Amino acid sequence: MNLILIAVISLGAIGLVAAVILFVASKKFAVYEDPRIAQVAEVLPQANCGGCGYPGCNGFADACVKAGSLEGKLCPVGGQPVMAKVASILGLEAGTAEPMVAVVRCNGSCEHRPHTTQYDGAVSCAVAHATYGGETGCAYGCLGCGDCVAACQFDAIHMNPETGLPEVDEEKCTACGACKKACPRNIIEIRPKGKNNRRVYVSCVNKDKGAIARKACEVSCIGCGKCVKVCPFEAITLENNLAYIDPAKCRLCRKCEPECPQGTIIAKNFPPRKPKVESDPGTETVKLAAAKVVALKTETVKAELSVTETPKVEISKMEEPKGKTPKAEA
Amino acid sequence: MKTFRIGGVHPSENKLSAGKAIETLTLPKQAVFPLSQHIGAPATAIVKKGDVVKVGTKIAEAGGFVSAPIFSSVSGKVNKVDTVIDASGYRKPAIFIDVDGDEWEETIDRSTELVKECSLTPEEIVAKIKEAGVVGMGGACFPTHVKLCPPPGCKAQCVIINAVECEPYLTADHRLMLEKPEQILVGVTLLMKAAKVNKAYIGIENNKPDAIKLMQEKAVAYPGIEIVPLKVKYPQGGEKQLIDAVIGRQVPAPLAIPINVGAVVQNVGTAYAVYEAVQKSKPLFERVVTVTGKSVKNPSNFLTRMGTPISQLIEAAGGMPEDTGKVIGGGPMMGKALANTEVPICKGSSGVLLMNDKEAARAEAQPCIRCAKCVGVCPMGLEPFLLATLSSYKEWERVEKEDIMSCIECGSCQFTCPSHRPMLDYIRLGKGTVGGIIRARNAKK
Amino acid sequence: MANKLIISLSPHVHSGDSVQKNMYGVLIALIPAFIVSLIYFGVGAAIVTLTSVAACVFFEWAITKFILKKERTTVGDGSAILTGVLLAFNLPSNLPIWIIVIGALVAIGIGKMTFGGLGCNPFNPALVGRVFLLISFPVQMTSWPQVGQVTSYLDAETGATPLAVMKAAIKAGDASILEQLPGSFNLLIGAPGNCQMGAGSLGEICALALIIGLVYMLWKKIITWHIPVSILATVFVFAGLMHLANPVYANPVDVLLSGGLMLGAIFMATDYVTSPMTHKGMLIYGIAIGFLTVVIRMFGAYPEGMSFAILIMNAFTPLINNYCKPKRFGEVKK
Repeated sequence: MNLILIAVISLGAIGLVAAVILFVASKKFAVYEDPRIAQVAEVLPQANCGGCGYPGCNGFADACVKAGSLEGKLCPVGGQPVMAKVASILGLEAGTAEPMVAVVRCNGSCEHRPHTTQYDGAVSCAVAHATYGGETGCAYGCLGCGDCVAACQFDAIHMNPETGLPEVDEEKCTACGACKKACPRNIIEIRPKGKNNRRVYVSCVNKDKGAIARKACEVSCIGCGKCVKVCPFEAITLENNLAYIDPAKCRLCRKCEPECPQGTIIAKNFPPRKPKVESDPGTETVKLAAAKVVALKTETVKAELSVTETPKVEISKMEEPKGKTPKAEA
Repeated sequence: MKTFRIGGVHPSENKLSAGKAIETLTLPKQAVFPLSQHIGAPATAIVKKGDVVKVGTKIAEAGGFVSAPIFSSVSGKVNKVDTVIDASGYRKPAIFIDVDGDEWEETIDRSTELVKECSLTPEEIVAKIKEAGVVGMGGACFPTHVKLCPPPGCKAQCVIINAVECEPYLTADHRLMLEKPEQILVGVTLLMKAAKVNKAYIGIENNKPDAIKLMQEKAVAYPGIEIVPLKVKYPQGGEKQLIDAVIGRQVPAPLAIPINVGAVVQNVGTAYAVYEAVQKSKPLFERVVTVTGKSVKNPSNFLTRMGTPISQLIEAAGGMPEDTGKVIGGGPMMGKALANTEVPICKGSSGVLLMNDKEAARAEAQPCIRCAKCVGVCPMGLEPFLLATLSSYKEWERVEKEDIMSCIECGSCQFTCPSHRPMLDYIRLGKGTVGGIIRARNAKK
Repeated sequence: MANKLIISLSPHVHSGDSVQKNMYGVLIALIPAFIVSLIYFGVGAAIVTLTSVAACVFFEWAITKFILKKERTTVGDGSAILTGVLLAFNLPSNLPIWIIVIGALVAIGIGKMTFGGLGCNPFNPALVGRVFLLISFPVQMTSWPQVGQVTSYLDAETGATPLAVMKAAIKAGDASILEQLPGSFNLLIGAPGNCQMGAGSLGEICALALIIGLVYMLWKKIITWHIPVSILATVFVFAGLMHLANPVYANPVDVLLSGGLMLGAIFMATDYVTSPMTHKGMLIYGIAIGFLTVVIRMFGAYPEGMSFAILIMNAFTPLINNYCKPKRFGEVKK
């Protein structure tokens, strides 16, 4: 009995002393922190991805509270709804920002881009990039080691073993930009999601001259400039043998897409083109074929997003005019 | 027997072509001259399509102080100035010349007579070396004239000639010493004069007894030159290791240069090039290249004009074996695997090594068992396992603190790793990234 | 050309060393000790060793296959076999099979695979298994069979080990008890000689066989001299000072040659994964192990302190690695 009593008293005393010390310390060394920082941090997703450009969610919350304005600040993970909540906590107006998504600008799958050498180094794009031009003749394209996949915290980008290229899961992608940073070849671009998730972009970053690029990859941009000419909105620029579509200017008219001789321009998540009944059979075949390419692409990228139309039906319709299909299909 | 103090490995030597005299290779049909054949700024082309050039005509001007001009090794017509995949694995600008005959510039003394006397002042010698486009022939291709112009506050005390050829397989320097000993010694004398010193050491590894003996005999006639036989150990050819081995001084860590301990290190091939440049007015446009490999029919040493495609050398050595898995420009420890055989011979190409597919493929990497063998062999006293792991985690600040910039990329760690880990791949990545960070930081200041 | 050219960064050659070569090299170095244990303990030694190895390999295989679900098991690298042998060498030769299996499960399952398998374990797996058994089954783990009973296994007669004698002398404060020790030479070769004394774990019986293993490993460059030599030297010096101060502490040569000290210093402390990476670190690690061992032997509750000393220093290895950097080339003293 005595023993138990001693144990209880002594432990209790130690506890009491410790509690007093803790209490004094917490009062004496307390650092004042704006309570709103914690409130803001609460509504943030706490993924600590760094996509906002700040070190983690708390860093972002801190910046939001201290800045006094939310202009130019966006949590890519939470998007507009979360920013609205942050705005209401701080009594500020939420900055406007378009939803973005990561876009892989290389379509050089194994069949499009024949391998000329075999890489045997460490499985890392950064190392492969430092080693040489890559397994194919294209020194700009995807290396396929998956640094972007490793960098993604949202399970939104995966290697497709068939094509050897990464594919973005648009539902999960938060456009945090981690993959873009990880890619040593700067293939991945953060682009606006676009209306109804529709986007038109040049799926190539090869700056070699046309002949070299064409030899290296069937779907490379050869810098021919046809798309630049056809664009009614001056959205396409050609620099260093490479076309680029400015998302801010592009109105998604898709005029450039069938024009590209290499099939490098990709229109994503569009419904397949309807075959227009026109008198000129030549143009029709081209358009049909182009539509087929679109349909095929929508199929291959498996964009199970907002594509409500059924591309398969369209494909079966398209099957007849097998005349002059663009190169991209081959 | 002298050697350097920290770490080192001993890969099997495989000097297959050591007994083969240097042969002169036939001229190529087309010669290709990449504009960046050296460390520093790329040269700028001064010829255009259609220009007629002779052997020894300057075709590209140095692009800065740390740079070197490039000379045509053939006579003919400039076909184009375009890009070519060079040893780096990327397309780089280059001059293409279609070969037509073999007409030399008249200023070049083509006689084989040995010219010993030189009445030029040190400054004139350096200027002549600079004008001849001489760069370090060991592989790093650092412009020679830069090394001979010490930064203010430093004074050279001796010249150290790197004739260790510690890379397995390669024999180009070995053969050069056996066949042109006097020329090399005159070249060394010129280097001594240019660096204003009266002492030179020629470090030769002990696996070349014939070269040591011959050089020792000939060196008697050249005051101030001492032959230093060295124990066979890789990477003795590393500049800092060689200084440590020969004069027992360690270049202070982390980023001092050899001149800080009073040493000017030059390759033996460079000494020969200096001789030709100064005494014969012959710019640097040809060099000895070893073509070797266990599967090569006829491993040889060729006197090759720059710009010759590697495929031609392989043909001359008995053709490309069916099972070739890797073509390496340089030696097996530090050479670069080439993406195709059309890569031209450059100023720094010391050898072409063919490996069959079994030799070439790396074994699968296993987990690190922390055996510390990499720490034991690192000649710079680093911890390769740590640098590699931290680099793969992109911990750039920490790798910088762990002295990643001291790494000389000799490959001893990866060579010795029982788990076959691709350590140097990651260390190179870390070194490159940290180097960029440091440059950016200095630029800000 | 038939093949695509392979591209990788230099170096393009390899020394040919491998994890397997190192693991099997250590196993070869253990052969003399195993032969001696067979001679002295016969059937018991064989049963204990085989059970331990089989159980360790099985658990490694089963865990990688069914729990970690890896496609390739790591049994082939020889590390599980080595753990099995080392565990067995730390056990008495009359230990029942079921206890050995538990020990193997703890060694591989808790000591190694929990942390991610080969290369990731902070503690020496064999010692984790051994210490677990020592604490869980103190009676079975400390009844050492006497040598020379070649045909008996569980029924072997037990006796006191030299370490127990030393402990008794210290406890009683009577140096004359130490006269029961079989003598340095007998401890070295492990021969029971005239004395009817129990011997100890099956691997530690003959110091000479273990030293042969050490020489082999040094010759094959599997390990460096730093760890074993620093441990042995520290023990010798420290125990020697204690002996000089008070003769109830056994003479340092006997301390060195008895118990698991040789086995621990040569084979357990030198385990790659759990020992420091730099030579300076290895020396610190070795000195600390030697010191702790003597402290536990002379002042602790257990007669033997090697296992505990090594495990304690295993825990300090990351810290040692952090502070002991190799001497950099051209390092300037600040």
